[in-house]
Amino acid sequence: MYEHDVIVVGAGGAGLRAAIAAQEEGADVAIVSKLHPVRSHTGAAEGGINAALREGDSWQDHAYDTMKGSDYLGDAPAIETLCKESPKEVIQLEHWGMAFSREDDGRVSQRPFGGLSFPRTTYAGAETGHQLLHTMYEQLVKRGITVYDEWYVSDLAVTDEERPEDRTCHGVVAYDIQSGELSGFRAKEGVILATGGLGQVFDHTTNAVSNTGDGVAMAYRAGVPIEDMEFIQFHPTSLPSTGVLISEGVRGEGGILYNSEGERFMFEYGYASNAGELASRDVVSRAELSEVNEGRGIDDEYVHLDMRHLGEDRITDRLENILHLAKDFEGVDGLEEPMPVKPGQHYAMGGIETDENGETCVGGLYAAGECACASVHGSNRLGGNALPELIVFGKRAGQHAAGKDLGTAEIETGQQGEYELGEVDTPVQPGEVEPAGDAVADGGVAADTGSLSGHDVVEHAVKRERARIQSLMDRDDGVQHAEIRSDVQKSMTRNVNVFREEEGLKQALEDIAEARERYRDVFVKDPSRTFNTDLIQTIETRNILDTAEAITLGALAREEFRGAHWRAEAQERKDDEWLKHTMLSWNDGTPELWYKPVILEGEDKEYEPKIRSY
Amino acid sequence: MSTQVPETETETEAETDVEHSEPLAPAQEERMRKKAEGRAEREERARREAEERANAEEDTYHLKVFRFDPEVEGKQEPRFDDFHVPFKKGMTVLDALIYARDTFDSSLTFRHSCRQAICGSDALFVNGRQRLGCKTQLSDLDEPVRVEPLPHADVEKDLVVDMDHFYDQMEAVEPYFDADELPDGELEEQRQSRANREKVKMSTRCIWCGACMSSCNIAAGNNEYLGPAAINKAYRFAMDEREGEDRKQHRLNIIEQENGVWRCQTQFSCTEVCPKDIPLTEHIQELKREAVKNNLKFW
Repeated sequence: MYEHDVIVVGAGGAGLRAAIAAQEEGADVAIVSKLHPVRSHTGAAEGGINAALREGDSWQDHAYDTMKGSDYLGDAPAIETLCKESPKEVIQLEHWGMAFSREDDGRVSQRPFGGLSFPRTTYAGAETGHQLLHTMYEQLVKRGITVYDEWYVSDLAVTDEERPEDRTCHGVVAYDIQSGELSGFRAKEGVILATGGLGQVFDHTTNAVSNTGDGVAMAYRAGVPIEDMEFIQFHPTSLPSTGVLISEGVRGEGGILYNSEGERFMFEYGYASNAGELASRDVVSRAELSEVNEGRGIDDEYVHLDMRHLGEDRITDRLENILHLAKDFEGVDGLEEPMPVKPGQHYAMGGIETDENGETCVGGLYAAGECACASVHGSNRLGGNALPELIVFGKRAGQHAAGKDLGTAEIETGQQGEYELGEVDTPVQPGEVEPAGDAVADGGVAADTGSLSGHDVVEHAVKRERARIQSLMDRDDGVQHAEIRSDVQKSMTRNVNVFREEEGLKQALEDIAEARERYRDVFVKDPSRTFNTDLIQTIETRNILDTAEAITLGALAREEFRGAHWRAEAQERKDDEWLKHTMLSWNDGTPELWYKPVILEGEDKEYEPKIRSY
Repeated sequence: MSTQVPETETETEAETDVEHSEPLAPAQEERMRKKAEGRAEREERARREAEERANAEEDTYHLKVFRFDPEVEGKQEPRFDDFHVPFKKGMTVLDALIYARDTFDSSLTFRHSCRQAICGSDALFVNGRQRLGCKTQLSDLDEPVRVEPLPHADVEKDLVVDMDHFYDQMEAVEPYFDADELPDGELEEQRQSRANREKVKMSTRCIWCGACMSSCNIAAGNNEYLGPAAINKAYRFAMDEREGEDRKQHRLNIIEQENGVWRCQTQFSCTEVCPKDIPLTEHIQELKREAVKNNLKFW
């Protein structure tokens, strides 16, 4: 068994920042990641980092824009923390050598982005995430922080008290992809989940193949509530054939969207009469699909994004990477012709419930970045707000786990403050397929760990995980995970997409239940212990099932239209009833739905929900 | 082992009963034995179906893929497997590998993640050249498409190579920014001219895929040579005006050592294969010039 003070799971922006912060607080920290750090999907972020750095801008304005963008479902303490600390963190990156784009006076460049009242998106060409990821990994190397790379964390070692709020996380179980060794990792001070996105739940996504919602699913099964899972961001400009992202920076710099009639539809059809192409992402994605649905799409599938008028110099200076992506992945020369684009799954606003210090309700367990939900983004994330979230909350989680006093959080976690239980009418019973007790291969359930030491809790988890892997490996016939995964992805894209209807959501739940049933017969065909990606993907597929179901349950429960969540049956935002977070607790295999209020009370003002128009 | 194996091509994926040269844990041994049973038949069937499909559809691409697994009987001797993958416009080598794995053989192993040429996981040796699988269109390649792991690296399994040596070289050049002094205010950035940012820009685009190192003859014959990627990383910092003069001296000392820039024989193979179009050879040459200038200064 390996032992450290703090274990960080995942090595993207949030994980790296957390590890650096924990080490600076004096902790012995290690990162465990299924990918080498520079392979993390933070590297694919293009647009930039929002930070109020300049004269005429303020953190208060950034907070207001973020709250409005969230459609009043963000929590003010989290949003204000983000906006106050982002400037310092961005400059910290600059001090670490990050190659930001520059102005003539040598200062870092900022540009306009959707939903922002000030051009505060700090960028490095259209490759900001790549620059950020590598800059932080360099700092990790400088500090000599231990990385267990290509180790796949497949479960958490959490005690099993009845209430999740009484449980403690003592470490993780991880599988060495290169050698097939399974080992416990004891964390004396804390475990920080920084596992990123869950885009593989859908079949058209800007996310990497590795973004399978591992952290969310593991935390969920360990009893940590997951929050606002129904809010999935569909980015308006992904390439139709692959889902590769075309940065919002293109529109930020002046790129224009046209339908098949050559109309600038954002204005001409009144989707966003003021902001046009720079309306919030949910607004633009719905507009594009409405155009396609009304017969004004191109090839009945996509619209055009045109940046030719910006001129070659400006494009090459600020958006060069976009030219490469359009050429390599769609065969289109962005200097000569408009680029085809359509909405693609991009980001999960929801995730593991945390407070503004990154802490979950389970002792010693933290989450930061896309897998977490503090909540900064509420029902819709603004472009340029994901990268600051990584560095601000990654740092805070790292510091807190290492013992730094960050003050008492204002956001309460778990079922301990004000909350109400909810109900949703589902066509099938969600959750664990019966009988839960036998379903070792299916992820298993916690056994009695009440009296065990931290070390023994980890040992116990290793034993359980070893049995699960053995059972997956021992079967020599059955269903292969790729079939199950593909069916769920297709159902999610058909039924839980930009436009959602009750019937489709129920269909998705039925499809997922069927997939769970088939997963009981899943088998790993590759018998090898060396680099068995068949095994890894089979375990990931289980995580996809749990997160897909949570997204759909939340979407079915929330009968209103807010932010990225559109319901055919409920065409307006209902503040009287729905100014609250959707919470799901795994409840040992029988998911429980509940709600907790949104915190709109800021440091020195109350955010009053207003009609959201752009 | 080398990836340049004598061609012992086999059309069958069937694996016979296992006899291990190394002892395995009983559970694993049992697993291997059970899986071997019946597999031959199942895989024969799958292969026949695949071939029939291939014959039925004209528009398929023929891939010959390198296979090796130190643990699995029948794969311990490197071989090539044939896959016939239905072709769709825009399909890349990575798409074809994913299709082959998900449809024909789930044990086919390769690294990949982002699918958009930024994570650097899937540098492969395709039709005799280092390329990123995700960035290489099948339609640009002659058939059969031969897919092999990166040469000059140890193969772990199938298309997966051991990257540790590459990472070690990258980290040997002290690849982190280190300014002499920083502005006083925590909200104040260091100034950098647009021209200087432009100068280092291409060097910052490296995605650590290892294609350059694999293509380099010098690196192949000398494991101590820093190699193009690591030298490019050193260039990225040595040319950054935000670092101080002492630090630059130190960086030049590192790249000037016996296994540094002077080993490069300007064959441009690294530059030719770099998927991010980084002018690696030019960067190495520029560092040589800097080093010479530097030495003259002290002379």
